[in-house]
Amino acid sequence: MARKVSTSRKLIVTAVAWTIGILLFFPILWIFLTSFKTEAVAIADPPVFLFFDWTTENYTTVQERSNYFRHFWNSVVISIGSTVLGLIIAVPAAWAMAFVPGKRTKDVLMWMLSTKMLPPVGVLIPIYLLFRDMGLLDTRIGLTIVLMLINLPIIVWMLYTYFREIPGEILEASRMDGASLRDEIIYVLTPMAVPGIASTLLLNIILAWNEAFWTLNLTAAKAAPLTAFIASYSSPEGLFYAKLSAASTMAIAPIMILGWFSQKQLVRGLTFGAVK
Amino acid sequence: MGRITLNQITKSFGDKQVIPPLDLEINDGEFVVFVGPSGCGKSTLLRLIAGLEDVSSGDIVIDGTPATDLPPAKRGLAMVFQSYALYPHMSVRKNIAFPLKMAKTDKAEIDRKVTNAAEVLNLTDYLDNRPGQLSGGQRQRVAIGRAIVREPAAFLFDEPLSNLDAALRVNMRAEISELHQQLATTMVYVTHDQVEAMTMADKIVVLHAGVIEQVGSPLELYERPRNRFVAGFIGSPKMNFLEGEPTAAYDAHAIGVRPEHITLSKTEGTWQGTVGLAEHLGSDTFVRIAVPGQGDMIVRTIGDFAVKPGETVFLTPDPAKIHRFDATGLALR
Repeated sequence: MARKVSTSRKLIVTAVAWTIGILLFFPILWIFLTSFKTEAVAIADPPVFLFFDWTTENYTTVQERSNYFRHFWNSVVISIGSTVLGLIIAVPAAWAMAFVPGKRTKDVLMWMLSTKMLPPVGVLIPIYLLFRDMGLLDTRIGLTIVLMLINLPIIVWMLYTYFREIPGEILEASRMDGASLRDEIIYVLTPMAVPGIASTLLLNIILAWNEAFWTLNLTAAKAAPLTAFIASYSSPEGLFYAKLSAASTMAIAPIMILGWFSQKQLVRGLTFGAVK
Repeated sequence: MGRITLNQITKSFGDKQVIPPLDLEINDGEFVVFVGPSGCGKSTLLRLIAGLEDVSSGDIVIDGTPATDLPPAKRGLAMVFQSYALYPHMSVRKNIAFPLKMAKTDKAEIDRKVTNAAEVLNLTDYLDNRPGQLSGGQRQRVAIGRAIVREPAAFLFDEPLSNLDAALRVNMRAEISELHQQLATTMVYVTHDQVEAMTMADKIVVLHAGVIEQVGSPLELYERPRNRFVAGFIGSPKMNFLEGEPTAAYDAHAIGVRPEHITLSKTEGTWQGTVGLAEHLGSDTFVRIAVPGQGDMIVRTIGDFAVKPGETVFLTPDPAKIHRFDATGLALR
């Protein structure tokens, strides 16, 4: 039997939900609004909310001063590249852990996840030195590799939970049908796991897109993605709130649009296996 | 050709041996059924033959070729699984064509074989459906279609009918038997249902705790069970066993007599008992009778036999149909 919910209770719950939603969204909204203000209005006290002279001047300036599209392209290459590379490595790894688990599989999974608990700065110096010696500093390939390694545990974990839901008998059937290990993964496992792989892909593109520690520390100009582009506006010359906001808006926009259209897959991906 | 020889094969999981050394010969074209209670190792044995599990020791020879170390695909066998194990993302056509695609068969040939198989199995109208849109029986037929297009040396069936309802099960049983007659290919069939075993098999292998208790034709097992386990497992309702006083006349530790080999009377007979429960099926009646000192015995009478619970009845076994067993449970002949 469904529980009866009174109208006033519904109203309160709705109001609370909206308040929390707006509270969470407010910083982004504020950045968006500020990006259309002049620098003077941006730092005005008390702050001006909606009634100011809207200007797109910041966007023009930002694009003139630092090439947005070059950073945008770097972000695209690095986030998609690292995710796809990660998937290529993680699919066989997750296959092995899900379908031929050994005594230590659980431990390996935990160990992999534990690397995410390590503060990245702890390994900054060795990685920086390795990158320097291998000539990978400020290269897209270097960043792609680092971000792939950073997100690999999450990719493997997500795929592992997906694969576990696939009945082993179907894979055995494909083996009986003459599929090699490669055929089994390409023709049977992967197509069956498409929803899982898609949400893993999306989530990891977002994580890689927003990753700021390594992208800031390992790039200077050539390979710098949008995170570095934003950071360049909190510069020694002082803070330019309006321009910083314009840069942020431009950096957030693509990934927000992607997230908006794929929210279903994302939610499913994050809650998969939680309820059966 | 589909001759399968198992030589002293064993299987252990960790330090637990589930199949002690075992020999078995499966002849070309035979319909062999592995039957036994759950956990007796029958599925494991089938998976060893399929190559889905590795033997711990011993050899498997298929058509004279050592197959022990061959991967499943190279053994020339096809398997039908209990859960059907169809590829949910492929149409029926693609499901059936999959093994041919893996074997790099050319397209025209694939089309021809898939069409043929679909005709044989009444699947022509469903070729473009996904497995999810089919009923249980149709799914099972797709699984069989996927197996026959490979023209395997032998078919392996792992409890293929246990997910179907009773009526469908009877139909599919007949279909599989017909298929065997048409193709005359070796079939190895695993089931825990002794009715399936009795009705389909040329040769039944009764397994218990990984050990082969007896191998023989259905009637051989019914008429001449080698030990008490086989005697009790084959036949439904199961054989009645008696120990103690009634066995003296037969010079045995225990005797067994099937429910259908006992005559029931309300006036006289060898043993006396009280009716506990009578199941009237119309065609026959199963009567459960408490016999002092022996526990419950089941008697099958043809047609209806009017008894009420609590009534006293007399049982007379057919002396020619009495099975004698020694103290270890082996049949005495």
